[in-house]
Amino acid sequence: MKKPVTFTIKRIGALMAAAALGIMSVPMQAHAMEHRSYTYIYDYWGDVQDTPDLYEVFNVFTSAELGLDTRMNNPNGITVAGDKVYICDTGNNRIIVLGTDDQVGLVLLDEFDSIKGAPDNNQLSGPTDLAVSEDGNIFIADKGNNRILKVDPELHYLMEFTLPIDSALPADTIFLPNKVVVDTAERVYCICDGVNKGLLKYEADGTFAGFIGATKAPYDLLDYIWKKFATQEQIDRMPVDVPTEYSNIYMDYEGFIYASVPVADAQALDDLKVDSVRRLNLLGNNILVNNGNWLNCGDIYWGSAGGYSGPSMFSDVTAMENDIYVCLDRNRGRLFGYDDQGRMVFGFGGNGNIDGYFRRPIGIDHIGYDLVVLDSADCSITYFVLSDFGKCIYGAIDEFDAGHYEESAALWQKVLDIDGNYDLAYIGMGRACLRQENYREAMNYFELKYDDDNWSKAFKEYRKEWVQSHLFLTVFVLLLIFLIPLSIEKVRNMRVEVATSDVFRFPDPEDNMTRAEIREYHKKQRQEYREREKAKKEARKLAKLSSNSR
Amino acid sequence: MAQTSVKEKNIVGSVAGWFKKTFGPKYWDSMKFSLYCITHPLDGFWDLTHEKRGTYAAANTILFLTVLVRILSLKYTSFIFMQVYWEDINIFLYIASILFPLALFVVGNWATTTLFDGKGRLGQVYIGTCYALTPYPLMQVPLMIISNVITVNERQFYSVLAVLSLVWCGLLIIAAMGQIHEFSGAKNILFLVFSLFAMLVMVFILMLFFSMITQGIGYFYSLYREFMFRA
Repeated sequence: MKKPVTFTIKRIGALMAAAALGIMSVPMQAHAMEHRSYTYIYDYWGDVQDTPDLYEVFNVFTSAELGLDTRMNNPNGITVAGDKVYICDTGNNRIIVLGTDDQVGLVLLDEFDSIKGAPDNNQLSGPTDLAVSEDGNIFIADKGNNRILKVDPELHYLMEFTLPIDSALPADTIFLPNKVVVDTAERVYCICDGVNKGLLKYEADGTFAGFIGATKAPYDLLDYIWKKFATQEQIDRMPVDVPTEYSNIYMDYEGFIYASVPVADAQALDDLKVDSVRRLNLLGNNILVNNGNWLNCGDIYWGSAGGYSGPSMFSDVTAMENDIYVCLDRNRGRLFGYDDQGRMVFGFGGNGNIDGYFRRPIGIDHIGYDLVVLDSADCSITYFVLSDFGKCIYGAIDEFDAGHYEESAALWQKVLDIDGNYDLAYIGMGRACLRQENYREAMNYFELKYDDDNWSKAFKEYRKEWVQSHLFLTVFVLLLIFLIPLSIEKVRNMRVEVATSDVFRFPDPEDNMTRAEIREYHKKQRQEYREREKAKKEARKLAKLSSNSR
Repeated sequence: MAQTSVKEKNIVGSVAGWFKKTFGPKYWDSMKFSLYCITHPLDGFWDLTHEKRGTYAAANTILFLTVLVRILSLKYTSFIFMQVYWEDINIFLYIASILFPLALFVVGNWATTTLFDGKGRLGQVYIGTCYALTPYPLMQVPLMIISNVITVNERQFYSVLAVLSLVWCGLLIIAAMGQIHEFSGAKNILFLVFSLFAMLVMVFILMLFFSMITQGIGYFYSLYREFMFRA
């Protein structure tokens, strides 16, 4: 759950208390499991911090409110393209086209259940998803007809993608395209039911280009050893470790694919063997940055509460232009937003029947910074708009990205004035200060929220500055450190010189010695003094030894 | 006479003089002897008990310093190395988390070794263990200061030294027990392991004891409640 961590006193303290005073039971952190407000975040310690709402429900659209003649039936896909919102009404074999409207949010534009000019079958059958390319061509995952259709904006048939001939796929596989995205070159990526080798990738001309981004099968060393000793019947009865299929994909504005994974295996998630959400590059590698204090897996407490247990199971993901991506949890009906560093921006929602709660949330997309969520059991679309609080946060992030650090800091300060428990605001303030070369202040902000990497960046600069401005002192202290031990010996010798100096021990004037003789005499004196000292030292040592052995 | 006058001219000399005047020369010597112990463990710990170079006062002082440094490091170690969840810190529990295992070890070690002709007495085991803790305050105080002037990239310096201070203490405890009980190497290690088991057994008995007491008190309390209710 927590990323491989540093030494924290919270854990150590609790362990020690338990070990040292085994009699005392460590109180469970019950408060971490429950929360009262709609929106919350997890702070550094994993405690739930209530926050003001970042998103407010603007409107909830059911079939009646949209003015549909036939009620929606098990809609599965929602796609925003330009100012249009497409809903794949799977149960009714049709696609609903909605337009955005400032006054009410969404209005019905069109609906269709067939295309024009297909060679064999114009009717759609259980469409589950669609994607719109930059040229306006529409790609429909026509699941019931086992094909992905490519049609032009006027719905004229252009081409179709079917089951690829590939050695990795058994010949009797039924082609059930479930989710589809398309990139700027009209290459098609799709999730296919029953295929767990990753996304199917087609070139623009329809040739199959292979699988990308297969999820790893979680493996367990203990299981492996156990299987070595088990009989074939026992192995057959064991659960099979197959890679989890992606539940949904989204292509962001940079052409990377965000993919959500509904993780049911809490242990694998805890061991960091699976990801809840991935961002795939062209090679299918996960490049999602995960620098948050906690994993980007939605809720981090999975105990049974309110009838729901287990980790969050993401059914869809969408990424906005400010690199914040929002994951939709179908287990507890919540939305989780993370920023480009994988730090939690918000979590809100729940299961229920009132506005802002869901029964079976299946798809999410965004219109600008607004969010639309499709509920397949409720057959409704919930339209979320940014609240003033949310606007402050998004504004601060945008200003920072644009290089306007002062404006960013001002907006983060506004966030802090509203909610002093919002961790990202402190880090945002710190980063703004860091960019303005206000290192001391930046360090304070980072220290408050235990951001050691950023703190170190600020401190490194601060230390450099300090040394430069106190150059004299630094050199002086360094010199002292080296010179004092060196000079000790010198001082000792000088003391000998003084003790044996001419001033105190001058030869008898009546001796009438020459200068050379006097020098000789002094030399002898010094030598005698040294010998006396040496003898004294030895005597002390002897005394010590004898007292030791006594 | 000339010697003392020369000595008192520098700082260490004057501190030593003040100590001797206030606490008596024996205390100062036994404190100073801890420095000899940690650099010459075998020789030092032999003399510690057999030559009576160690005192309870010095042992208590070292233990006090250890606890003090541990508490101070909560506050003054940089957050890079130690993040403290202040809401959960109970200072008494925290002190107990050092003193309680120490007491368990001293008693457990004495109890097991005394059955197998270990020569050390309980007090001697206590003094030896405390003297073996000397490197901890000695190294942790500079480390505490250093932790505040380094960044995450230089984290390794701190970690290595911090581990070193603990390893040093551990080795000293092993050496101390061997010398105090006049055990050979293998026997010493064996009885240290036994001491650990003895500690576990004591924890178990304590738990049993306390839960019994709680039950007992609960019984009489409920009896009292019942009487008051009926009366």
